[in-house]
Amino acid sequence: MTLKGEDAVYTAQRLAELINFEAANMPMAFMEVCGTHTMAIARNGIKSLLPECIRLISGPGCPVCVTSNEFLDKAIALAERSDVIICTFGDMIRVPGSRCSLEEQRGLGSDIRIVGSTLDALALADKNRDKDIVFLGIGFETTAPTVAAAIIEAYNKRLDNFSVLCAHKVMPQPMKALSESSLNIDGYILPGHVSAIIGEAPYSFLADDYNKACVISGFEPLDILESILRLVRQVRKGFFFIENQYVRVVKPQGNPTAQELLSQVFEPADAEWRGLGIIADSGLAIRDEYAQFDADKKYQISIAPPIEPPGCRCGEVLTGSITPDLCGLFGTSCTPMHPVGACMVSSEGSCAAHYRYTLRDA
Amino acid sequence: MSDYTNDRITLAHGGGGRLSRTLVEDVFLPVLGNDCLNRLNDSAVLNLPDKRIAFTTDSFVVDPLFFPGGDIGRLAVCGTVNDLAVMGAVPRYLSLGLIIEEGFELESLRSIIQSIKDAADEAGVTIVTGDTKVVARGQADGLYINTSGIGSIERDLPVHKGRVRSGDLLIVNAPLGQHGMAVITSREELGFKTTIKSDVAPLNGLIDEMLRVSENISAMRDATRGGLAGVLNEMADQGDVQIILDEIAIPVNEDVHIACDMLGFEAIHVANEGVLLAAVPPDEADRMISTMRLHPYGRHAAVIGEVGDKGRARVTMRTHIGTHRVIDVLSGEQLPRIC
Amino acid sequence: MCLAIPMKLIKIEGERGTVEAGGVQRQIGLQMTPDADIGDFLIIHAGFSIQRMEEKEALETLALFEEMERLA
Repeated sequence: MTLKGEDAVYTAQRLAELINFEAANMPMAFMEVCGTHTMAIARNGIKSLLPECIRLISGPGCPVCVTSNEFLDKAIALAERSDVIICTFGDMIRVPGSRCSLEEQRGLGSDIRIVGSTLDALALADKNRDKDIVFLGIGFETTAPTVAAAIIEAYNKRLDNFSVLCAHKVMPQPMKALSESSLNIDGYILPGHVSAIIGEAPYSFLADDYNKACVISGFEPLDILESILRLVRQVRKGFFFIENQYVRVVKPQGNPTAQELLSQVFEPADAEWRGLGIIADSGLAIRDEYAQFDADKKYQISIAPPIEPPGCRCGEVLTGSITPDLCGLFGTSCTPMHPVGACMVSSEGSCAAHYRYTLRDA
Repeated sequence: MSDYTNDRITLAHGGGGRLSRTLVEDVFLPVLGNDCLNRLNDSAVLNLPDKRIAFTTDSFVVDPLFFPGGDIGRLAVCGTVNDLAVMGAVPRYLSLGLIIEEGFELESLRSIIQSIKDAADEAGVTIVTGDTKVVARGQADGLYINTSGIGSIERDLPVHKGRVRSGDLLIVNAPLGQHGMAVITSREELGFKTTIKSDVAPLNGLIDEMLRVSENISAMRDATRGGLAGVLNEMADQGDVQIILDEIAIPVNEDVHIACDMLGFEAIHVANEGVLLAAVPPDEADRMISTMRLHPYGRHAAVIGEVGDKGRARVTMRTHIGTHRVIDVLSGEQLPRIC
Repeated sequence: MCLAIPMKLIKIEGERGTVEAGGVQRQIGLQMTPDADIGDFLIIHAGFSIQRMEEKEALETLALFEEMERLA
């Protein structure tokens, strides 16, 4: 639904009017869980179209931001080995670990490559049999199957110089934690591409048990506005269910083939979320059958206890309990040029998006 | 061994001895030679028609060295020519400094020298002095080039000061992001195949035409590293003015747009090598646009925004859905991301 | 959290495919959409197709939207 020119302006205005009319000044708070939604909302100035009674809160769906320092420190420790080539999505490269970022480690001579896909890492492993390729597995249910597919391919092709340092996470569990928190969220803009994999059912507890409005949303600005309108309608009617605005991509049952890939390679595990702590069954661990591709097991990496930067309130930003500008470091010692916390690094991180797109002195 | 010396650059090519001489006489002079360069003196003695000159220098590092639409040689000439031309100077003379990695293929070098010659001819500049150093394998990545340029300033124009005025309209000559996306998508490891070509071009001819139409261009910049967003923010800061862009007016080709979406980039942050941004008084904008569109490098000229009030230096953009947001400068290089 | 865009499948070679949009081509993994056919629009994330996009459904969204406009 990409409208162009004045049509888009008109439709956005119309949707905004409807939202305003139907919300009828009732205060509501909606969380966009997904970082790409956070980006799209910021990039398109969507907050400026909404009535004052509607508050959008950014959630923990930026995989880089929720990744623990421990994971990064392990990645850097692996990068220090001369027999290892680290492959990572560009998102991770500037995130400060306890001591340095991957980018800084690369400056010290480590071989760290940015790839766009696990397929690129597999090709590199095939070409460099004398090196160990370690792929940094971050991301949610959308990205994890691409890593599962790569592990299966490495298994079939006997690429035993390929492994994955795994920090994959799943979405519904932290949303349960958020729904139980004191945040008073009325509804969720649910992540479109995660939903393309997992479908509608895994969220149903949000509506059934917690009375949260829920709309799976696409990423065009008009998709998001339409989703907000649907959330408002659910709240006004007091009738909560999993609504799918993104039907062009998300099927009710998700993608069963991708789900099978996930369960073939991964099993649920407890995972640490920056800001949220350890959440039961919120992570994906590589199954024992594929242990040879699990970098954690393969290298038995030992690191010093991770250090969190003092004053950094990423945790509270990630859970939506404060807006980025309320952190004492925001815009002063923590900027996109010199990020202290992970939320400032990833361009979809709440702090970076806030810094880049908000009319700061408006 | 003799084959190797014939096909590749060795440390001896930079040693100042016989091989250095061969390199100059067999590779450089036949292509680049002119009265001044042929003398092989320690420095060039130049005739300048005017008292005021513009002087600039730039170093060029690009991976890969050959990319769709150009190579490091064309880049090295155009980059310096454009830096002179956007200041309203007429580019005249260039120096050429090469740092070559040992083992570099001679054939590649010849091809780069040829494109330096072609770009210099197109821009109407002369390479008057040069230098070559060869470094051991691993101490450089193939080839680095530095060019410095001298341009003559023939008339006194406001564009030399480069201060935008409230009310000025902002014009670009060509679609954004071509160069940066051509380079990044041609890197093997991303597995892309595209139609995107770098826009690398000498803009002095176009700028000549523009200055003929109006002497009131208040500022001109070439939007290289940091993209359009970078130069706009510099303009806003220097003039202490607000700049307002119109998203739907900004020319971006579909292939660049798609490639940007795939990598999580925005075209306004991507490097260009043939895009200029000019601030012109509103009553001269129409004439400027129609003149620019007659030039091969100005066919897609468009007004993309305006200079607003003084005293609030920042760049904002009216989005395609009618909202406004801030356009910031990039913090470091854009990196392909998945999220 | 997950950047993904629709691209058209133009070539299939086992588990790999080539997708195209606006003159940009990229090789992808088809493991998650094994029944994808040439000409299908696939949603591409991190070098894999994560779902097939059906035009009928895309049009439905638009229809729904128009209906919403009428009701307003």
